[in-house]
Amino acid sequence: MRDQTDSTLHIDNVSMTFTLPNGTSIEALKDVSLELKAGELLSVLGPSGCGKSTLLNIVAGFLAPTDGQVILNNNKVTGPHSERGMVFQQGALFEWMSVRKNIGFGLRMRNVPKSEIREKVDELLEIVGLHEFGDKAIYELSGGMQQRVALARCLANDPDVILMDEPLGALDALTREKMQGLVLKLWKGTGKTIVLITHSVEEALLLGERLLVMAPRPGRIHKEYKLPFAEMGVAADLREVKKHKDYAAKREEILSIIWEMEEEIMGRKE
Amino acid sequence: MLVLTIYIAIFVSAYFIYAFAYGNKAPKRGFNANKTITFGDESAVTSNRTASVISVITIFTIWGAFTGSSLVPLHVPGPFTGDTSFTYTATNADNQQDDAVVYVRVGLVGEEIEDPVAPDVANPGFAIDDVATIRAWRSGLIKVRKNDFGSDAEGYVVSAIDGQPIVPNQTVSVVDGQIRMTGKGTLSFEPNQGWQMEAIWLPAPEAIVKRLIEISRDGYQNVTLSENIGWSLFRVVTGFLLGSLVGIPLGYAMGLNDWFRGWFDPIVEFMRPIPPLALIPLVIIWFGIWEQGKISLLFLAALWIMTISSRAGVSGVSISKVHAAYSLGASKRQVLLHVIVPNSLPEIFTGARVAMGVCWGTVVAAELVAAEKGAGKMIIAASKFQQTDIVIMGIILIGVIGFSIDILMRYAERKLVPWKGKSD
Ligand SMILES: Nc1ncnc2c1ncn2[C@@H]1O[C@H](COP(=O)(O)OP(=O)(O)OP(=O)(O)O)[C@@H](O)[C@H]1O
Ligand SMILES: [Mg+2]
Repeated sequence: MRDQTDSTLHIDNVSMTFTLPNGTSIEALKDVSLELKAGELLSVLGPSGCGKSTLLNIVAGFLAPTDGQVILNNNKVTGPHSERGMVFQQGALFEWMSVRKNIGFGLRMRNVPKSEIREKVDELLEIVGLHEFGDKAIYELSGGMQQRVALARCLANDPDVILMDEPLGALDALTREKMQGLVLKLWKGTGKTIVLITHSVEEALLLGERLLVMAPRPGRIHKEYKLPFAEMGVAADLREVKKHKDYAAKREEILSIIWEMEEEIMGRKE
Repeated sequence: MLVLTIYIAIFVSAYFIYAFAYGNKAPKRGFNANKTITFGDESAVTSNRTASVISVITIFTIWGAFTGSSLVPLHVPGPFTGDTSFTYTATNADNQQDDAVVYVRVGLVGEEIEDPVAPDVANPGFAIDDVATIRAWRSGLIKVRKNDFGSDAEGYVVSAIDGQPIVPNQTVSVVDGQIRMTGKGTLSFEPNQGWQMEAIWLPAPEAIVKRLIEISRDGYQNVTLSENIGWSLFRVVTGFLLGSLVGIPLGYAMGLNDWFRGWFDPIVEFMRPIPPLALIPLVIIWFGIWEQGKISLLFLAALWIMTISSRAGVSGVSISKVHAAYSLGASKRQVLLHVIVPNSLPEIFTGARVAMGVCWGTVVAAELVAAEKGAGKMIIAASKFQQTDIVIMGIILIGVIGFSIDILMRYAERKLVPWKGKSD
């Protein structure tokens, strides 16, 4: 059955206008269109307030766009669904459950048999490198470990698309680098479609087969890149990838685009 | 005033003695041992055990010292008891003067005292010696002129006490007390009261322990102690449970549904600041003074607190947790059950602790107004008979039980919501 469905994520002319209580309205997104094939890894970059989170929330089904639509598996997105998993920056784990219970949450909600849940959770704990921490409480883990749990919890549901809003934003540089490696490994290992929002140009370059640069007011897609670094990172060490001359050149190029936009925003404010 | 001064003096001197004895060597361990900045660092201020111990000992010592307790070696001076005497000078109508002695025996209240006997010595003249008995902490009129010769005549007055001239409404001091002359010229003797308290004001600690043993064995007014306390606890627990049973779901409804919130917000916000005690009269009018009334009162006391805390618990759920749950395929019911309810438990526990405290205070107050059995009823009954020892025993029991309830709730909180204060 899966074979017949279209597992490409279609974002068709999505617009989102927020109307504030005082009557003014903000065009958070205007006419955003995008197609993401199964197994693609997309990173989204852009100055603060350009509508990245809004776009992700629309795809996740938390927000209904004022115009346009999102289609996955031949169905129009109207609300959250386990086919679209979400990883938040932090604080979205359930502290009242053990690590194991957190990871198994989605399966439990769908009444999967206990033994099956246990098997799946064990497997995921192994994959994210937390096999010794299964019975710990969430608040006993470090920030990096917590994000591993969040990833595992999302994967347990076997979603078609994984949406991540700055998943590594709260981590220190070293942990972050390790986690970037893990994301690449999971992407390659599971073949999931992944959309990842980030504020870091380096992260966007490393974790994006495709990289979207968005521009603000109204929020729209400014430019799209196709990048080889994610594929390289799967095979080699991330630090080796960063030494690549194309990497440095692309980084400079994108940084200057972002700087230009930031300056424009500042200029408009004055 | 005196007690306060002594208390402050002990506080200050204990502090300096402790500081002098330990100096900077005061044992500090663990986390704070190497902190150089402690003033202003709240976490570095831990409760000083020595101070707590001295504090408790001080209270009992002062209590014992001021009540003549046998448990405490040192006492402040007690009231005068025993035999004493003073001399009065009478002036008769012919302006002649004569002295006579008044022999006074002072005994404690409730003690059997016999009249003192005047020594058999010759005392010529018209003023005749007198005897009197007086109770400690009280004063007594002594009609010294009654047996004097010629005291009926106009112009016969008592003109001096122990050589000190006296006129009506004046007070003079004698060896063991004070003498006041009333407006009509009668003497009133008040033996020295000392600094100790009379048992009717404040009984000694051992008297209270004795009462406690006696009452827990025999009961008070045909009600056993455990019955009294049991009834109070029963009311508190029933009222609290009913209040929670209605309040928690109501709070959830207010947190989850705008119609519920709009409907109940004005009611809750209006009822919240009304102290439950202010409702007693109305509750008595509506529900009568017996169980129904008291439990309704406690129900109301717990209701608003529990409603507000569970509403706050729902509002406190971070939206990303809820979003995460929906994305993981949870239904509304599952989100409520597995995310919103557990997430609100810490708030609800905080509310429950407050509610139990308020209920306990309210039940005692309600029992003071009307009850057949209960801790409050016991002390109000005892106060009518001026049985101060029972009153104080009751107050201490009420305090101890209130404290125990809070400790139990805190224990339950640690066991049931170990993640409290650890989420972000
Ligand atoms: N619920 C809302 N109500 C009104 N305006 C909103 C709302 N959510 C977002 N906005 C506005 O929409 C715009 C885009 O917001 P969004 O959060 O998507 O930006 P972002 O690119 O994710 O920014 P950041 O990088 O800081 O997370 C902003 O101008 C924001 O003020
Ligand atoms: Mg954002």
